[in-house]
Amino acid sequence: MFLSEILGLLEAEKVGKSEHLSVEIGCAFASDLMSDVLALASPGSLLITGLTNIQIVRTASMLDMPGVVFVRGKRPAKETVELADKMGLPIILTNKTMFETCGILYAAGIKSCFCPKRSGQ
Amino acid sequence: MSAREPLIVQREVKPLDFLAAGETASEFKELLKSLGIPTDICRRASIVTYEAEMNTVIHGGGGVMSLRLEDDAIIIVAEDQGPGIADLEKAMQEGYSTAPDFVREMGFGAGMGLPNIKKYSDKLEIDTRVGEGTTLRAYIFIKGQREE
Ligand SMILES: Nc1ncnc2c1ncn2[C@@H]1O[C@H](COP(=O)(O)OP(=O)(O)OP(=O)(O)O)[C@@H](O)[C@H]1O
Ligand SMILES: [Mg+2]
Repeated sequence: MFLSEILGLLEAEKVGKSEHLSVEIGCAFASDLMSDVLALASPGSLLITGLTNIQIVRTASMLDMPGVVFVRGKRPAKETVELADKMGLPIILTNKTMFETCGILYAAGIKSCFCPKRSGQ
Repeated sequence: MSAREPLIVQREVKPLDFLAAGETASEFKELLKSLGIPTDICRRASIVTYEAEMNTVIHGGGGVMSLRLEDDAIIIVAEDQGPGIADLEKAMQEGYSTAPDFVREMGFGAGMGLPNIKKYSDKLEIDTRVGEGTTLRAYIFIKGQREE
């Protein structure tokens, strides 16, 4: 599914330039814990999060994530948007909660990304 | 094995500067990409650099990050003169963290960084001394062979 379709499903708005909305999204990872995103999310998955600080953009770019969804209508700081624009990372903003966002995308066929088990489990 | 000089890049990182944190990891990643290193290796190197950089920024009181590219390996070094790690074995366990609350509010401090660095590198060396500092050295072998 294209990120532009996800924009519609989530009644979301683009943040910053967000030029690359024609990118294909197959799977997603949702978390407010960047430690977990870095350790568990598979590269190429869409990041869904309620945090909006600049390190969210850094985390997404390290993992070659194609886009970020900010949930609960939380507006990012200026530096977050500036860095995303500089890196060509699209960000969309929805008023829906994390749970609702995930439910809508799951029902629309977005898969959960492959997650390795934590060690010791 | 050619006798080519290794490429070395060094960057200073400042303590608790969360706007700049991650710049070094992004720069190293772009550099490796531009040199034609395979995407998955670039990604592993950037995750390792980013986690180590965040630790230097958060726990180490700032320090120096370096990237060394040899014929068959990428070596990422994070060096600081911070407080050191008292119990390294504990620090290597998932979930162990001494990060303060404001770091957790930014989505970090879950105690996943060092285990993640270990997972994404082929060889990891950490020298640390309480009161003197920490040097972390992570190796990623470009031809993919793991050291036994
Ligand atoms: N450079 C360092 N100097 C001093 N202590 C460190 C350093 N790096 C790590 N530590 C110690 O080791 C602990 C575990 O580090 P680790 O990177 O695994 O987790 P974290 O940084 O606390 O959280 P996360 O990486 O998930 O954001 C830290 O909480 C800290 O106590
Ligand atoms: Mg860490």
